[in-house]
Amino acid sequence: MNKLVALFCGTIFGIGLVISQMVNPAKVLGFLNVFGEWDPSLAFVMIGALIISSPLFHLFKNKEKPIFSTSFSISENKEIDKRLIFGSILFGAGWGLAGLCPGPAISSIALLNISSVTFVFSMFIGFYIASKIN
Amino acid sequence: MNIVNFTPVSALTGGMLIGFSVFLFFILNGRMAGVSGIASNFLISKNNRIDNLLFLIGLILGPLIYSYFTNQKIEISITNSLFLLIGGGILVGLGTRISGGCTSGHGISGVGRFSLRSIIATITFMIVGILTVLIKNIL
Repeated sequence: MNKLVALFCGTIFGIGLVISQMVNPAKVLGFLNVFGEWDPSLAFVMIGALIISSPLFHLFKNKEKPIFSTSFSISENKEIDKRLIFGSILFGAGWGLAGLCPGPAISSIALLNISSVTFVFSMFIGFYIASKIN
Repeated sequence: MNIVNFTPVSALTGGMLIGFSVFLFFILNGRMAGVSGIASNFLISKNNRIDNLLFLIGLILGPLIYSYFTNQKIEISITNSLFLLIGGGILVGLGTRISGGCTSGHGISGVGRFSLRSIIATITFMIVGILTVLIKNIL
């Protein structure tokens, strides 16, 4: 059942990325272009996601276990350290360079665009390097 | 500042679907949906590898299913500069794993739980993203 849920959730997530046009790097770069021609859409994507997920998380946060699994696996890490800031800076720079973050990048592979594939391949190299230096 | 190409309704609708997906993954499988975590764990960890792969396949199926049922072609505009794609990709891969999350893991799952760590990460990558675009436009 977990596997079906994973496939279903990924698919809903992917449809959300298409409807919101976040698979289009031009929309993301438009959002980051605050000092030029600004497209605020991405902020509304986050607001839309948060008005659904946030109340539901809080409603069910004291639930003992998830429906199809024996326990919740949620990060208890509360530390605000150099890694958090340094990693976020690197991520922000990469995001601003190409206009892609992990979700939209992977979804955009569906369009068989060579640029998307190049980006995703490079991102996986980044994941691999990070796993070696951790 | 000039506001252009603003699509609030489709942005909110798509965002709500994403939020719903994140909640379902939490309440059904007990996991927080962060795409950088799911993708890198698929690469480096044997734990839940099939689940992670299926989530990623779903991400790719989403646009195909949407196109199929709406008969709409999905248009995107993306750079063809290898420097931006490879440099950007490596930075995104490295940065999200060092900080432990991306736009979904920190920005939606973390902020949705009011995690201070995720709020700080989100503010940081937004500011740096904005500055990067500003610098790119000047150069």
